[in-house]
Amino acid sequence: MSANAGARTSVKARAELALNDEFLVKAVKFTTERLRNGKKNASAEHGNWEEWRERGRQIRLHTIAHLDYYLNLFVDNARANGVHVHFADKGEDAVAIAMQIAERKAAKTVVKSKSMVSEELHLNHALEKIGVEAIETDLGEYIIQLAGEMPSHIVIPAIHKNRYQIADLLSEVAGERLEADTTVLAGFVRKKLREKFLEADIGMTGCNFAIAETGSMVLFENEGNARMVTTVPKTQITLMGMERIIPSFEDLEVMATLLPRSATGQKLTMYMSAITGPKRSADADGPEEMHIIIVDNGRSLQLGDPEFQELLNCIRCGACLNACPVYRHIGGHAYGSTYSGPIGAVLTPALNKNVAEWDDIANASSLCGACYEACPVKIPLHDMLVYLRRRKVETGNGKAIETAGMKGFAALTGSSAAMKAALAIGKIGQKLVVRGGEIRTKLGPLKGWNSYRVTPSLPRRSFRDRWEKLEREVGGARPQMAPEMKKRMEDIVKQRGQGGGGHGGH
Amino acid sequence: MKVSLFITCLGDAIYPRVGEAMVRVLARYGVALEFPKLQTCCGQPAYNSGYWQEARASAKTILDAFEDSDFVISPSGSCTGMIHHYPKLFEADPVNLARAERLREKSYEFTQFLVNVLGVTDAGAVFPHKVTYHPSCHGSRLLGVKDEPMALMSNVRGLEFVPLPYAEDCCGFGGTFAVKMADISGAMVTEKADHVKETEAEVLIGLDMACLMNIAGNLRYRGEQVRVMHLAEVLAEGMGQA
Repeated sequence: MSANAGARTSVKARAELALNDEFLVKAVKFTTERLRNGKKNASAEHGNWEEWRERGRQIRLHTIAHLDYYLNLFVDNARANGVHVHFADKGEDAVAIAMQIAERKAAKTVVKSKSMVSEELHLNHALEKIGVEAIETDLGEYIIQLAGEMPSHIVIPAIHKNRYQIADLLSEVAGERLEADTTVLAGFVRKKLREKFLEADIGMTGCNFAIAETGSMVLFENEGNARMVTTVPKTQITLMGMERIIPSFEDLEVMATLLPRSATGQKLTMYMSAITGPKRSADADGPEEMHIIIVDNGRSLQLGDPEFQELLNCIRCGACLNACPVYRHIGGHAYGSTYSGPIGAVLTPALNKNVAEWDDIANASSLCGACYEACPVKIPLHDMLVYLRRRKVETGNGKAIETAGMKGFAALTGSSAAMKAALAIGKIGQKLVVRGGEIRTKLGPLKGWNSYRVTPSLPRRSFRDRWEKLEREVGGARPQMAPEMKKRMEDIVKQRGQGGGGHGGH
Repeated sequence: MKVSLFITCLGDAIYPRVGEAMVRVLARYGVALEFPKLQTCCGQPAYNSGYWQEARASAKTILDAFEDSDFVISPSGSCTGMIHHYPKLFEADPVNLARAERLREKSYEFTQFLVNVLGVTDAGAVFPHKVTYHPSCHGSRLLGVKDEPMALMSNVRGLEFVPLPYAEDCCGFGGTFAVKMADISGAMVTEKADHVKETEAEVLIGLDMACLMNIAGNLRYRGEQVRVMHLAEVLAEGMGQA
């Protein structure tokens, strides 16, 4: 599939491409399976997962509710540490700031550790245009950079590729045939990137968490490349979404418990680096100059929106992708944007002011709620998907045929008499297509459904039609209810409306 | 004490046998279910598609139908789950919001009522078959119905339970999703039916006829003979009530 298929094609068309790509489906299934089982085991082993999940949610809710305060605190502390802090309202602003720094430093090469914000800004392309070589140093990012593609997963950018496809890409760089063996391939990339780390003028990173009380930025990684990026080059640029803030190192403990377990099933990533300002005189290494670019790019649109503010709680672990049965079948590129899976289906339209161009992604969900269940900070993505669909309808962007259909639905289900009449017509109409109690025709509206299934026919008599007879028959033989059951029911009715009410549900 | 049956549109039109099974099982415990004929559909297809004004038209028939009920029992976790969305649906309409909150509090999925209200975990049923179970997403995730069906099945004599691999994965139904995103939905239901086949079960049991219609439809399409039943039907048959 082309790298930046983007929103010009429909999600349906992109999904069809993915569903027909046997390698992709197999590779994505294989890895998401491993990741979600890893998370399941890690959270079970943790023992108090639900309590920590709730704690994580509360920390995020609190921080986002007071984002202005914590953001200012972070910036003051980072500046006191000697960091140059920049604010970027739009994506273009962030790109311009990064390019100015690169130009001022007369940079030829930038080494990058994995950053979703940088992908969101399409920063590599911009740097290339001014003659700066940007090199991704995370193995997965390096692979998709070679392939000229977007990441297809928040945590595992090249999840859609198998090792044979990766060997092909790397062999081209090597100028010789490399064996499709993960040790050989990783070894080649390590050697190749080592040269790049040494010659790079600028190191560029993302940011997992920014700690307000100290002005530190924290990175979680497994390959050690982020360590190299933040210690070898003389200048460091960190890109962070404005919502990456947490108040304190104490809160980081909770996040460090939730993030790796949710992302990969690890208790902790191989490396967790907290960087507080540029190199000090006593430090052995580190950048001489450090910049942090704080990016809004649509994030602040969610502030104060009761239906979408929680979107800013996301810690980008990718657990919702791994749990999602739709993502498992179509991979990330089908979502058409930098962020894929359930979080992408909500985040992309939200960051883009829900413009009609993007909102059909919200239809690529069965609303099963697996994303919400997997989310370490309990973002109700399944509800948000419905709100997106509603906003599309409310702004008059609903599809004409669906709008007409739903008007019909309301007319039929708005009264039991209308529904009964429709059912009677259906029973007559179905005679044309029912064979042996089943409907197999692939004509008209049944085409999609019947390409994978048969449809049951309407029975001769609905429940409504059977009720009187059933009631007479069953009523005659019904015993008295046991007193303890009766009492339980009476107690439940009595307790209602006295607070703490209800049962089940979230 | 007024205990009402919320049959659901699918239960009324396509699967009346499930509603009958519920009536018979509950009658065993002296529950006289009544059936308010004003009810139509919970409105979920419109709600999930974003057509909330249309969803409110259906939802009002449900609010009206069950106004005086003390308990409202449905054979679907998804449709009962939709009632849990009613307060949001009517958030700008104080009168109906209050009614929606009252209805939410008294609504139960079939096994929730049987196990958590009546306190029944052993229905005294006999069902000598190898079975597997698909926990529907809305019932298990939205309502938290997880242990209730397990408790009921574990006490059915002769029932051999085989766990369904990746049971918690969605079957791909998703209402209008199955029509709008037919190929994705098709891939999902095919995977689900593959897992059902792997168990070599004779019967697939569930608590939601929409999901079961989807899975059964795919199994039948592929010529598989697995029987697909609502747990209420299993209990009714096993109690000699079918």
